[in-house]
Amino acid sequence: MTRILLRGGRLLDPGDDTDAVCDLLIEDGRIVGRGNDLRVEGATVLDVAGRWVAPGFIDLHSHLREPGQEYKEDIATGGRSAAAGGFTAVACMANTHPVNDDPATTDFILDRAEHDSPARVYPVAAATKGLEGKVMTEMAALVAAGARAFSDDGKTIMDSGVMRRVFEYSRLVDAPVITHAEDRTLVAGGVVNEGPVSTRLGLPGNPGLAEVVHISRDLMLARATGAHLHVAHVSTRGGVEQIRMARDLGVHVTAEVTPHHLTLTDEEALEFDTNAKVAPPLRSADDRDACRAGLADGTLDAIATDHAPHALHEKELDFREAPPGMIGFETAVGVTLELVRSGELAPLEWVRRLSTHPARILRVAGGTLARDSIADVTIVDPERAWIFDPAKGFSKSGNSPWAGRALVGRATHTIVGGRLVYDLERGILT
Amino acid sequence: MTGSPTQSSEAPTRAADAAPGAVPGTAVGSDGAAARVLLDDAGIRRSLVRIAHEIVERTGEPELLYLVAIPNGGIPLARRLANDLREIADLVVPVGVLDTTLYRDDLLTTGERPALRRTEMPSAVDDHIVVLVDDVVKTGRTIRAAMDALMDFGRPRAVQVVGLIDRGHRELPIKIDYVGKNLPTHPGEEVHLREVADGGGALEIIVTAAPGAAAPPSGGEGEP
Amino acid sequence: MIGRDLLGIEDLDRDEIERILDTAGHMCEIGTRDVKKVPTLRGRTIINLFFEASTRTRASFEIAGKRLSADVINFSPSSSSLKKAESILDTAKTLDAMDPDAVVVRHGVAGVPRRIADVLDAPVINAGDGAHEHPTQALLDCFTVRQVKGRIDGLTVTIVGDILHSRVARSNIHVFRKLGAEVRVAAPPTMIPADIEPTFGVKAFTSLRESLEGTDVVMALRIQNERLEGAFFPSVREYSATFGSDRAKLQYAKEDAIVMHPGPINRGVELSHDLADHRPSVILDQVRNGVALRMAVLYLFAGRPRAAAVAGGTG
Repeated sequence: MTRILLRGGRLLDPGDDTDAVCDLLIEDGRIVGRGNDLRVEGATVLDVAGRWVAPGFIDLHSHLREPGQEYKEDIATGGRSAAAGGFTAVACMANTHPVNDDPATTDFILDRAEHDSPARVYPVAAATKGLEGKVMTEMAALVAAGARAFSDDGKTIMDSGVMRRVFEYSRLVDAPVITHAEDRTLVAGGVVNEGPVSTRLGLPGNPGLAEVVHISRDLMLARATGAHLHVAHVSTRGGVEQIRMARDLGVHVTAEVTPHHLTLTDEEALEFDTNAKVAPPLRSADDRDACRAGLADGTLDAIATDHAPHALHEKELDFREAPPGMIGFETAVGVTLELVRSGELAPLEWVRRLSTHPARILRVAGGTLARDSIADVTIVDPERAWIFDPAKGFSKSGNSPWAGRALVGRATHTIVGGRLVYDLERGILT
Repeated sequence: MTGSPTQSSEAPTRAADAAPGAVPGTAVGSDGAAARVLLDDAGIRRSLVRIAHEIVERTGEPELLYLVAIPNGGIPLARRLANDLREIADLVVPVGVLDTTLYRDDLLTTGERPALRRTEMPSAVDDHIVVLVDDVVKTGRTIRAAMDALMDFGRPRAVQVVGLIDRGHRELPIKIDYVGKNLPTHPGEEVHLREVADGGGALEIIVTAAPGAAAPPSGGEGEP
Repeated sequence: MIGRDLLGIEDLDRDEIERILDTAGHMCEIGTRDVKKVPTLRGRTIINLFFEASTRTRASFEIAGKRLSADVINFSPSSSSLKKAESILDTAKTLDAMDPDAVVVRHGVAGVPRRIADVLDAPVINAGDGAHEHPTQALLDCFTVRQVKGRIDGLTVTIVGDILHSRVARSNIHVFRKLGAEVRVAAPPTMIPADIEPTFGVKAFTSLRESLEGTDVVMALRIQNERLEGAFFPSVREYSATFGSDRAKLQYAKEDAIVMHPGPINRGVELSHDLADHRPSVILDQVRNGVALRMAVLYLFAGRPRAAAVAGGTG
């Protein structure tokens, strides 16, 4: 019997709207109780006074690059980076080599994760074979193998007829379809947000319109088919508005937003820093503000990192050739706490969007610290000041605009299934 | 332009030869340090007339003369000299202006790139007796640069040098054929030709202490 | 006063621009001599690093360097050899090890000269990066206008063409605005960059006639056939009818308006035949001035001693 007592922390449980200082007791992988001044025999005691104690954070969107591109990241290093960021679980996208469009690949990923990753890994399988946007994948078989959702993320299903069928078919397995909404014919080679920045830099612009048009399309298709549409990395005011309107009409839509779209703007690219190149691109200040408001009022349900590692030699290519994306596991907490400090989000609501809502969207356990729930717990020091140095991080890659920048807020302990897998002092614990 | 010295054509031993904010082509006196007049307008005129006579005496074919001024100080002197040659000997001598900046030997060792000055050569130098005119000759490097520049313009029959002031401190074997005045000076001092403030075109040679150094000693330096 | 690199007009202030123009004015005279050479950059090495093909600009830089007695080396990595995995920075670092006194860079993607300048000790001169900037072109353009008109302040300049994809347009907008001119751009709506009016302080027109009213300078840009594929405009014929300049359309401009083009000209498209060849076109002046301007740039930026360059910092 293993017991862990978390003493004196501020318990934030969106499951029952608790926000109070109290102790939490974990036994054999489950939450068994809470109270004040608990005395328990034989328990490892973690003094978490001044820290926040939350249900484990779940990242709905990440790229672990294995199989096929292990030079950027693999499930082991990705899993460690996630745990170091306070994530007890991550969903990983299917744009690997080979694409995860087959139960064998899903199986491989789960097997790797089981052995090498301190954080849980939920594979998102491809919606269409080879991500080609033509023939849908064997959703039933993939769900049976362990896939939790379907997405062609990295690419977009341009054929609306195919998109419709994918939505319809997904009802068979009751899994969310996650869309990377960008009309590629409107993107037309754009590499930065279309606007004053693209005009100044003379770089091809990617208009917000490309996202809004496809979010609208997908919402209408989801509405007609009754599918669960989950919109990935919303970045535009128009996108947020469309989702809000559709929600009012009863469409089963959920949505996520990244830490970078909540805090950075397209001006980040003014120095031609390819670490600011991401898809969808960083947008205007107005778009960023709309995303923050959307997250606060619940239109956007969750924060998801879209952790996308790329090697240094790839990011050193020119702005057109460099692949888009940034790592995000280890900076998510420090970056998004900005919204709590500004008063836009209460701490409990911040936790809800990192834990409870993602669990509900993926239909997995988690997001609550109720008695008998699995003991996935994230402990955060919201005041901790630190400088993010990718060289000291656990990811193989360092492509982040926050490299070298000061952040406030950091996960200090990560507990998965009742086992402490990470603490700030000692790092990853195997 | 009142009281601002025309820039000495000598390549300076220090880096920038113009104070910050100076309009290229003219020079502001070194940080307002006390300036002493070494040669006034009357003295300059006398020297130039004497030089004009010397030129006429020594030149076998005065119709081949071609005055080439080294900016900026050489320009008013060359014009006056051309006038004097016309008055004394009825000669119409072409006057050109030849900037030597691009031929300097110290360009790539100094920090800031010096501003370029005007070059206007009204006719070919081939077969002419070119007389370089400069206000102050010190190390001789400017004259050397001017000769290199001249060679790119053609092949003069001969090259001679008029230096209104010879300061000494030669670093190259350059001789001045026609000297206005020999003036021993401290190497750190600056010697310029400038227009007299409100002087209606009158010129004077002034000496100023190098920035940071003591003011030049009072008392005449003596005639050569 | 001037920084180490010349990456764009955006980085220059008015004084620096005028200094470059004044220096170019002096360099013009060298082109009139028999021996069109001065020893200023003798023994110095200038590398032309052209990732994007160009005969005119490269030749202009080469002549400029040679007139200053520099050794000019042309290095043109072919686009096929620049595989995705091969980093531009690797190429630049290799060149840096040869100790050049200046590296002139042209690339099809914006930002590359800037990235190269970050890793090189040598000064970097941007010869055109994507649609971002082409500073020496804009400098020679405004030098030409200054030569003909005597000043830039108070003039109206109209730039006509594919502004969206044009680095010549962007650099010229910057240079003419910084020197006090009013700048207008005219293009089909598909080729006007987003938010150009507030971003650059110019007035955007989709009517050529309106854009030409009372203007002093008409600068026509080359239209590229590749843009037909992106559905930016329907045909060369229609472009020529709506945005091509000829003597009739020039009536709307000031009587003494001049016509410019960075070259090469699509005759009959951007400019009618007679406008291309005769006054009020100053196109040949532009080409002639290009060498003098690039000599001025090389004089001011190349061959700085390492210690002074480091102290001066990046431009």
